[in-house]
Amino acid sequence: MPLSAREFMRILLEIGERVENEQHRLSELDRAIGDGDHGVSMAIGWRAIRDKIKELEHEEDIGAILQVLSKTFLNAVGASVGPLYGMAFLKGGAVLKGKTSLSERDIVEFWAAAVDGIRQLGKAELGDKTMLDAWIPIVNSLRSSMESGADWLNTLDQAVRAGEAGMESTRQLLSQKGRSGRLGDRSVGHIDPGAASACLIFSSFVDAYKRIKGMNIG
Amino acid sequence: MKKLINHPDRVVDEMIDGYVAAYPNHIARLSTSGRALVRKQLQKGKVGVVIGGGSGHEPGFMGYVGKGFADGVAVGNIFASPSPEPILEVTKAVDQGAGVLYIYGNYAGDCMNFDMSAELAAMENIRTATVRITDDAASAPIDQMEKRRGIAGFVLLFKVAGAATEKGYSLDETVRVCTKANERTRTMGVALSPCSLPQTRKPAFELADDEMEIGLGIHGEPGMTRGKLAGADEVAAQLLDRITDELQLRRGDRVAVLVNGLGSTTLMELYIVFRKTAEILDSLGVHIHRSYVGEYVTSLEMGGCSITVMKLDDELAGLIDHPADCPALTQL
Repeated sequence: MPLSAREFMRILLEIGERVENEQHRLSELDRAIGDGDHGVSMAIGWRAIRDKIKELEHEEDIGAILQVLSKTFLNAVGASVGPLYGMAFLKGGAVLKGKTSLSERDIVEFWAAAVDGIRQLGKAELGDKTMLDAWIPIVNSLRSSMESGADWLNTLDQAVRAGEAGMESTRQLLSQKGRSGRLGDRSVGHIDPGAASACLIFSSFVDAYKRIKGMNIG
Repeated sequence: MKKLINHPDRVVDEMIDGYVAAYPNHIARLSTSGRALVRKQLQKGKVGVVIGGGSGHEPGFMGYVGKGFADGVAVGNIFASPSPEPILEVTKAVDQGAGVLYIYGNYAGDCMNFDMSAELAAMENIRTATVRITDDAASAPIDQMEKRRGIAGFVLLFKVAGAATEKGYSLDETVRVCTKANERTRTMGVALSPCSLPQTRKPAFELADDEMEIGLGIHGEPGMTRGKLAGADEVAAQLLDRITDELQLRRGDRVAVLVNGLGSTTLMELYIVFRKTAEILDSLGVHIHRSYVGEYVTSLEMGGCSITVMKLDDELAGLIDHPADCPALTQL
């Protein structure tokens, strides 16, 4: 079931709503090991995306849409999540250049390229207690399901679960990056807020996708 | 926590509006992002100095744009690095062909945004160089200097950069002297009470009425050790201990000292802390060449203070003595 540009933007709007509604939970997680503003930063970025999407109503090229939104997110937020998600939109958009609708494979490629962008810019790896501890398992799961020819609904649901398991794993990890990277042992016992928002974004994406495509919500 | 604001989403822009209105002789606001401020009069042919960082540290960082300090500043959201857009806008405005120095605190976000701006500036044929400030001795062990963050030492580093460029240093020479100054600067802070973000209004961390935390960051990042609140003399001694040790201060050394309030600590308390600081340095035979006491880099309404020491040589002493006139600091 191909996804149109309009549907893709509707999904982004729904992700933004979820982030807005859960921003306090994200800031609470950040209060424990960072500076307490992760939810605030994410909400600022997704609000800017929402406002920008209103101007993009007639744009059909999903790659071009993502390129614009990359700059929008980056400039509204700054901080470290601004460049990281700005890069995700940019790299994710680059593989969708010229596409006016997305196949299931396109969607997998989009997430893979987006996460690669985060990885390159953030110079973090699995186990560093960052958003990548959720994003890398999500992409790995999407890819392996796609290769094994799994049912698309299962592919999405399994990736959500992989992300959640990755997020949970950050509780045990010692932070290596960002503000919490200087905390040492004191970062252990807390979920990484970046991993939590990564899960939120991806699960919101999947929920919105299923609703728009009339798939069963499992 | 109470705040005198209009709306949490507008605090940064409304603050800049007010700042620009208050200092029309010092500051001009660039039009595109609204978050980019430059000096009213630029010195011809000089290497540009661009600073930047999150809001919530007033008078940092906007206050350090002016004569003897930076040429321009990019202003971020609260406790968040500015994005590349205002940084690039400032860079273009202050470049006079001699290159531009980026000097800012070593935080992941600032590093990424300034680096992105540097790449964009290079595409427009503007040469930039970067010095990252790492004065916070509490933020990582000494063998991991590259992980340390920048705090109140900003002020002395900005001063060195501004003075050096006004004296005609090239970009490379400015990087050299700022790198040296950074290596010779240490800060240790203590927090007594939390700040709160306008959006959440919740304390950024919990600290009991009788507790203090040594090494707590200027964004409320947890610090090194938490303990019972001690007297000013004991706290000053504890903070200074790490600094004198790392800088290996000896009899006859000269230093610049900055005692900085974090937002809700009175000048009375800061002078009491400075009193002990001066006494300790004097007992070591270390000469205080110049001192600063006040609110220089705050953390919203956080309670507490920090002590910064820069170990001077002749070159740095000359730069610290260079006159300055910007809204946050005037020196004849």
